[in-house]
Amino acid sequence: MSTIRLEIVTPERIVYGEEVNMVIVKGELGEIGILPKHAPFVTPLVISVVRIKKDGTEQEVAISGGFLEVNPEKIVILAESAELPAEIDIDRATAAKERAERYLAKIGAESIDFRRAELSLQRAINRLKAAIRK
Amino acid sequence: MQGTREIKRRIKSVQNTKQITKAMKMVAAAKLRRAQERAEASRPYSDKMKEVITSIASRAEDVEHPLLEVRNVKKTGYLVIGSDRGLAGGYNANLLRKAVQTIKERHQSSDEYVVFSIGRKARDFFKKREYPLIGEIIGISDSPTFADIKEIAKTAVNMYAEGIFDELYLVYNEFISAIQQTPIEKKLLPLVATEEETQDVRTQIDFEPSAEEVLNVLLPRYAETLIYNALLEAKASEHSARMTAMGSATDNAEEMIGVLTLTYNRARQASITQEISEIVAGANAL
Repeated sequence: MSTIRLEIVTPERIVYGEEVNMVIVKGELGEIGILPKHAPFVTPLVISVVRIKKDGTEQEVAISGGFLEVNPEKIVILAESAELPAEIDIDRATAAKERAERYLAKIGAESIDFRRAELSLQRAINRLKAAIRK
Repeated sequence: MQGTREIKRRIKSVQNTKQITKAMKMVAAAKLRRAQERAEASRPYSDKMKEVITSIASRAEDVEHPLLEVRNVKKTGYLVIGSDRGLAGGYNANLLRKAVQTIKERHQSSDEYVVFSIGRKARDFFKKREYPLIGEIIGISDSPTFADIKEIAKTAVNMYAEGIFDELYLVYNEFISAIQQTPIEKKLLPLVATEEETQDVRTQIDFEPSAEEVLNVLLPRYAETLIYNALLEAKASEHSARMTAMGSATDNAEEMIGVLTLTYNRARQASITQEISEIVAGANAL
């Protein structure tokens, strides 16, 4: 099976950098699976779990939005934050989820904070998803 | 002879100070190394972004985006990155002097600019002098994360996009080497289209949904990343400034201890001599 290098980069560090067989990401228009030798491609990503297939195993990385760039040599995911399931603090994510839910219930849908709380809720749920599914 | 006890006390106190400054120096050195590593680690992210933006910009002839558009400047934003703590030599003083100088040169009245501050020292300075401070962050950790400054970076970028001000400058201490930092001001917005021609005839890139959409999401992020990079650099400068300041404080303390010890020994000797001569005088009198 052919492979391609995948790099997941955040402003703080390089989270992941390995040869993989396939990457499945969620773009703004839906899920996309990228195989080696894909045409050069750029798309924004939503808050989601990236699935990485490698040697018959599947690994997941939670990202909070960002970009996917495919070029002939490698696939690069630029994310504001990215975590491997092992790095996710479940207690903290659960607390963040509850906090966001409480906040959402309290404020009206009109305020700017609503959007922010909604996003933080999404991020928390996303982290939990990645951490628990493993 | 009176005075010896006082001198001894001085020596003791200088020694204590020396210990503290020495410890601070070593801590700053360790933090500096970490800050440099962080700055290094953040580079791939912004480099990559720049690459993608350049490739979009080079393809699409007339990319239009509020963050790229050069407007008539009616109001200017300044984002000043200082530190929370002092004891870093001229770190904050130089920076703030630079900021004030720049502002004075460019503007007649305080309606023409607004200031964002990062760091307690910078905030206090601007508050006290009644500058139009519209955003502040204090208590940033020594190895800042992107999340720490996301808020203020977003605010600044959004305010620019909404036209509240028409350019945005970063003012911070540039890290040149471990012993040299200079305050600089850098224009962040409007983003300057990268002048270096990276026309390596790359294959056509597909954008989804479209090049404009991608740019819309990418450019604000890029601006935020640049702010983050500046912050990391400022932190590295802060630690190295503190290291140098504490290093010379330690040297000074050492020198002072030397001088004081000499004076102490002289005084001690003088008092012994005096005592002997008193005894001799007393013996002679018998």
